[in-house]
Amino acid sequence: MARAHPVVQLTLMRLRELSREPGTLFWIFGFPVLISIALGLAFRNTGPETVAVGVLPGVPAAVTGALTAGGVLVKPLDEAAARSELRAGRVAVVLVPPAPGAGDALGYRYDPMRPEARLGRAVVDDVLQRAAGRRDARAVRDEIVREPGARYIDFLTPGLIGMNLMSGSMWGIGWVLVNMRVRKLLKRLVAAPMRRRHLFYGQAIARLIMIPVELGVILIFARLAFDVRMAGSWLALVLVSVTGSACFAGMAILVASRAQNSETMSGLMNLVMLPMFVLSGVFFSSSHFPEAMQPAVNALPLTALCNGLRAVIIDGAGVAGIAGSLAVMGVWGAISFVVGLRLFRWG
Amino acid sequence: MQAAQLEPAVSCRGLRKIYDPRGRWWGGGPGGGAGAAVVAVDGLDLGIRRGECFGLLGPNGAGKTTTVEILEGILAPSAGEVELLGMSWARDEVRLRERIGVALQETRFPERLSVTEVLNLFRSFYPRSRPVAALLADVELTEKRDAWVGKLSGGQRQRLAIACALVGEPDILFLDEPTTGLDPQSRRQLWDLVLRFRGAGGTVVLTTHYMEEAERLCDRVAIIDHGRIIEEGSPAELIRGLGAQHVVEFALEGAGGAGAGLAESDLLALPAVTGARLAGDGACALTVSEPARALPALIALVSGRGAALARLETRHATLEDVFVTLTGRHLRDG
Repeated sequence: MARAHPVVQLTLMRLRELSREPGTLFWIFGFPVLISIALGLAFRNTGPETVAVGVLPGVPAAVTGALTAGGVLVKPLDEAAARSELRAGRVAVVLVPPAPGAGDALGYRYDPMRPEARLGRAVVDDVLQRAAGRRDARAVRDEIVREPGARYIDFLTPGLIGMNLMSGSMWGIGWVLVNMRVRKLLKRLVAAPMRRRHLFYGQAIARLIMIPVELGVILIFARLAFDVRMAGSWLALVLVSVTGSACFAGMAILVASRAQNSETMSGLMNLVMLPMFVLSGVFFSSSHFPEAMQPAVNALPLTALCNGLRAVIIDGAGVAGIAGSLAVMGVWGAISFVVGLRLFRWG
Repeated sequence: MQAAQLEPAVSCRGLRKIYDPRGRWWGGGPGGGAGAAVVAVDGLDLGIRRGECFGLLGPNGAGKTTTVEILEGILAPSAGEVELLGMSWARDEVRLRERIGVALQETRFPERLSVTEVLNLFRSFYPRSRPVAALLADVELTEKRDAWVGKLSGGQRQRLAIACALVGEPDILFLDEPTTGLDPQSRRQLWDLVLRFRGAGGTVVLTTHYMEEAERLCDRVAIIDHGRIIEEGSPAELIRGLGAQHVVEFALEGAGGAGAGLAESDLLALPAVTGARLAGDGACALTVSEPARALPALIALVSGRGAALARLETRHATLEDVFVTLTGRHLRDG
C-alpha cells in the first residue's frame, strides 16, 4: 500500500477512533435527538392552557359555580394542600374566603413573580367580575397570528446545534489531546519525525468532516418531528457553524495545553463550558439576564454562536447578518489557539 | 565513510537535568504543589559506539528514563551536550528523528486501531520506511495484523511499539525498559528481536533494571544511581571487578549470624573470600574466588561456634552483586 500523507493518516486515526467508539456515537447522534424530543414535548404549543384555581373551605358555592361555568378548573383544597399546590405551580391562584369584618371581599392568594400566577389572577378576576354583572366598556376584537419560528422548539433547535458544536470541539479535540498525553502517545508521536502542526491539522479536518453530521442530525430530526424550518442562507449556516467549531477547537487546545490527567481536564472543561450553558442562551433567551450583564454575556463565544445560528435559522439572515457573531468567535478562537500552542505540553 | 564509522553513535558530556517544581499547579499531575527542585541527572558522560548494545542499568528513580529521553531529544537537558551520529538536536532535529527509533517506557496506542493502521500511521512520518509486511514479520505479529491494539497481550503491544520504532529503518534504537511486566516467554521473544537488530549492524541503547537482561543483551553497561554513573564496562568486566566470580549465600539455624557471633571480619579472614555482607534478616553473602577453598573453611568456622547452617548456596556472581557491592542496596529496592 502506498504511503499516505501524515495529515491523512492522522485524520484517519481520529475518524476511526470516533466511528469505532459506540459511546461517542451516542453523544453525537442520540443525545441531541433525545433532548429535542424531551424539551419539544414538554414545551409544545397546545393552545391556551386551562387556568387551575385552588378554593379554600368557606368560599361561597356561587363563586365556584361561576368559575366552573367560566372554564376555570376548580380544586377544593384545605390550607396545607393549598400551600403545597401553589408552591408546585399546580394551581395558579388560591381563593380565600372573605375575612371576618372585611365585608364580602374575596382573597386572591398568588405569587406575582410568577407569570402564570399573574395570568391566572387576571382570568379568575375577569370571570368573577363578569358573573357579578360587569360589562365591557370598550369594544375590542382579536386578530390571531401564527408566526413561523415563534415556538419554543424553533428557539431551542439552534441552541442545541450551538451546544453540540461546542461540546463536539471541546470533547473531540481537548479531551482527545489530553488522553493522548496521558497515554504517552503525544510524546511518542513527537519522538517520531512528525511535524507537530500536522497533528492539529488532522484533528481540525476530522472535526470539519463531523460538522455536517452533527448539524444534519438535529436539523433533519427537528424538521421531521416538529416541522422546524431553516429560513436563511445555507452558506451563512455553514460559515457560522465552521467558525464556531474552529473557535471552540482553539479554546479546546488552550484548555488541553497543560492538563496532565483526565480529572484535571474534566474540571477545566466544566469550568469553561458550564457558565456558557447557563449564560449563552442555549435553552432560554440570554436577554433575561440583567442589563448590566449583557455586554459580558454577549461577548461569550457560545452566545455569539447561538445568536448567529438563530439569526440564520429563524430570522433568515444572510452572511451580512452574522458578521458580528463571526467576529466575536474569530477573536476568541484565534487568541486561544495562539496562546494554547505556546503553552502546549507534549510530554 | 571511514571517519563516519569511527564517530560514536551517541555521546554526551556533563548531562544534568533538574526538575523545577514550580509552574505545575495548572496542569496537575506528578510533582504538583510546592517542593524542592529534583536533580534527576547529575553530570553524566557517555560514549556509545556504533553497532554495540549499551545498557543503562539502575534501580527505579535512578535517572535512566530522564537520560534516554534527553538522548532521544524529547527532554531538554538543564546542562550538558548531546551528539548522535555526529549531529545535535538543536541543529539537525528533523534529520536525526528520521535516523533513530524510539520505544518509550509505556505508550498506549489507540485501542481501536488495528496493528496495520498503527504501523501505517508511523510509516507516514518517514520519507523512507520499511513495508508493513516486513515489520510484522520482524516482530512476529503477522497473524495479528488486523487485530485492534486493545485486543493485544502485553508482549504483543510491546512488540508493536518496537515495530513502530523500526519503521524508519533506524541506525540507533532506544528502548526504555522494554520487558518490564512481561512474562518470561515474551521477554525472550523481545531479546531475540533486539539481538537480530544488533546483528544487522544497528546500535541499541536500552534501560533496564533486570540484570539478566543486561547480561544477555548488552556489550557494555553503565550502572546508574542517583543520576550518576557509578561503574561502566562490559558485564564480564564489572563482575570481574568484584575480585571474585562466585557468590556463597548462607543462613544459620536459629538466631542468625549475629547470634553465633559471626562478624564481617571473621568472614573476610576466610581463605578465598573477597567480600562479605550481612543482610538484615540474618542471611549472609560472601564473594568468593575459589569456592573449593572457601566452603570447607566456612563450615569449620560455623561448627566451631556451635552453630548449624540452615541454608547454603553457591552461584555465579551477577550484575546485581556488582550493584549491591557498589551501593549497599538491591536494584529492585527502588
